[in-house]
Amino acid sequence: MKFIFDRNTWQEIFGSIQKNKVRTIITVIGVLWGIFIYITLAGSAQGMDNGFEKSFESVARNSLFAWSQSTSKPYAGYKTGRSIQLKFRDGEILANKIPEIEYIAPINARGVFGDSAATAVRGGKSGSYAVYGYIPVYAKIATKKIYDNGRFFNREDMEQSRKVCVIGERTQQELFEKDEDPIGGYIRLDDIYFQVVGVHKFTQTTPFENDGDIFIPFSTFKKIFNKGENVDFFAIAAYDDADVVQVEKDVKAVLRRNHKVHPEDERAFGAFNLGEIFNRIMGFSKGITFLSLIVGLATILAGVIGIGNILLISVKERTNELGIRRALGATPREVRMQIILESVFLTMIAGIVGIILGAIVLSALNSATEGIDFPYTNPTLPIPLVIGALLIMVVLGTLIGLIPAQRAVSIKPIDALREE
Amino acid sequence: MAKMIEIKNLQKSYQMGKNSLHVLKGIDFSAEEGELVAIMGSSGSGKSTLLNILGLLDVADTGEYHLDGKLIKNLNETKAAKYRNQFLGFIFQSFNLINYKNALENVTLPLYYQGMGRKERQKKAMKYLELVGLKDWAHHLPNELSGGQKQRVAIARAMAAEPKVILADELTGALDSTTSYEVMDVIQKINDQGNTILVVTHENDIAHMCKRIIYLKDGVIEEDKKIKQVRASEYVQ
Repeated sequence: MKFIFDRNTWQEIFGSIQKNKVRTIITVIGVLWGIFIYITLAGSAQGMDNGFEKSFESVARNSLFAWSQSTSKPYAGYKTGRSIQLKFRDGEILANKIPEIEYIAPINARGVFGDSAATAVRGGKSGSYAVYGYIPVYAKIATKKIYDNGRFFNREDMEQSRKVCVIGERTQQELFEKDEDPIGGYIRLDDIYFQVVGVHKFTQTTPFENDGDIFIPFSTFKKIFNKGENVDFFAIAAYDDADVVQVEKDVKAVLRRNHKVHPEDERAFGAFNLGEIFNRIMGFSKGITFLSLIVGLATILAGVIGIGNILLISVKERTNELGIRRALGATPREVRMQIILESVFLTMIAGIVGIILGAIVLSALNSATEGIDFPYTNPTLPIPLVIGALLIMVVLGTLIGLIPAQRAVSIKPIDALREE
Repeated sequence: MAKMIEIKNLQKSYQMGKNSLHVLKGIDFSAEEGELVAIMGSSGSGKSTLLNILGLLDVADTGEYHLDGKLIKNLNETKAAKYRNQFLGFIFQSFNLINYKNALENVTLPLYYQGMGRKERQKKAMKYLELVGLKDWAHHLPNELSGGQKQRVAIARAMAAEPKVILADELTGALDSTTSYEVMDVIQKINDQGNTILVVTHENDIAHMCKRIIYLKDGVIEEDKKIKQVRASEYVQ
């Protein structure tokens, strides 16, 4: 071991590496390329992973939306084709019967599923917008980012059915002056005045949302639009460790029972399972990460084998030199160590340069994709992976160095000296 | 005088396919400290084989070999390397310098394998380069040197480790006669300082610059005589 930490050993190795520049450079390029590809690929995959995760950050990852349609099977004396209406009670039953549900929010909407949108008027300006009735807990399922000074609904809004609303960015632009603060302002919805309490930042979580949507408290919605106990759809968030596909099945099963629908009627209730989509995309992204790891490692391996190859050739070329060294007193161990240390040293240098180049490319990619609508955020590679790659290179460098090293000492010094 | 080299009934044969080639058929020979011995013989007489065995680069089949009183027997390659490093210096016909190292670095190499520190070995190597008259050429690569200069670097390298015995295999084989004499002049000067040197050669004039000639023929010593040394300096301007 002392041999490895001896300054003289390294001076000898540097000498050998430095004075055979072309050989050194060619040797290094293979591994450099390998580690560069590895870092770039793995980092990009991580960036994509982060990007997807960011796209979903506004919504609970285990969330789903469920609504009613009409039956496709006769059951319990009812004919087929009966249309089902979800009730407020359904939400309470679902929450009680399915322990995996963390939050459930009944939602009513206007101007979304075929009915006419509400007209909002403010002074001389007007426009028609979809209106949603939300309970405060909905914010836990799909985070609505509210601009500064504003707020989402609270319990008092619900209990007192206050006439307050959260408007969209577009609504603000269309109904308010440019430098006017909308908070505290009033808009008229179907002859009723609502006070604006917040402006939400638009993020697409369900396909039918848009940036003009107006939110009002669920209880207020119920009163002014005469919804009674009716609910258009439910937003449900399951606990993080729950199987969201199973939750969807359970939700539908409970709803079928509540509404006396045939247990195998698949069409009576519809659901949009964000959790499942999220899991599928993350699975795809994990797949890419895995693939890039495999490709990267394979490239490193190819590079290391390249180093071994060139060392093997160079050992042949250096037969005479190694013969001289042995005639002058180099022990087989010293010759072997020199070749292996050369191999490891070159591999490490190549690796470090490759990592630096890879990091530069990753940061260039990061700034190039900034602000573009592309799921690519903060492409980083965990340090353990980098260290792991370096370790792999040292191990492979040693192993691959063993072959030429063994070859170098397998030739008798006397035969080696004869070689010109 | 202490016996530097002593061999008894040394035999060596090479396996060439199915035939075995008996190269050394029982050599008895000894050399004392400070001797300058020429080993002569036609090609195939076994002189290089003998030198290789003496130099621990090859192993005899039978026979005893004492180097500076030590019995050389059953050496593994590591031990042989250590002995070569400590006791022996080599000079080859084809110089065998490492071409990417300059003269000084070539001379320091045996010292490196002795584990000597960088400064110390450079100082020592410089001393021996000065001895062979190449101090000003210390930082030149071998391909910038003439044949005679290269061989003098090789001599300095053989000397640097301060070995018990220097073995030279056809050291003038690749040189013209003037250069050969220059090189022999250096060898004689080193010998004058008390170094034991064995020179394998097939050139008569070179052999006569030694103090003793051994004639090998068909694997045995045909003749072993002491001669009057011709000083190479007489031929060198």
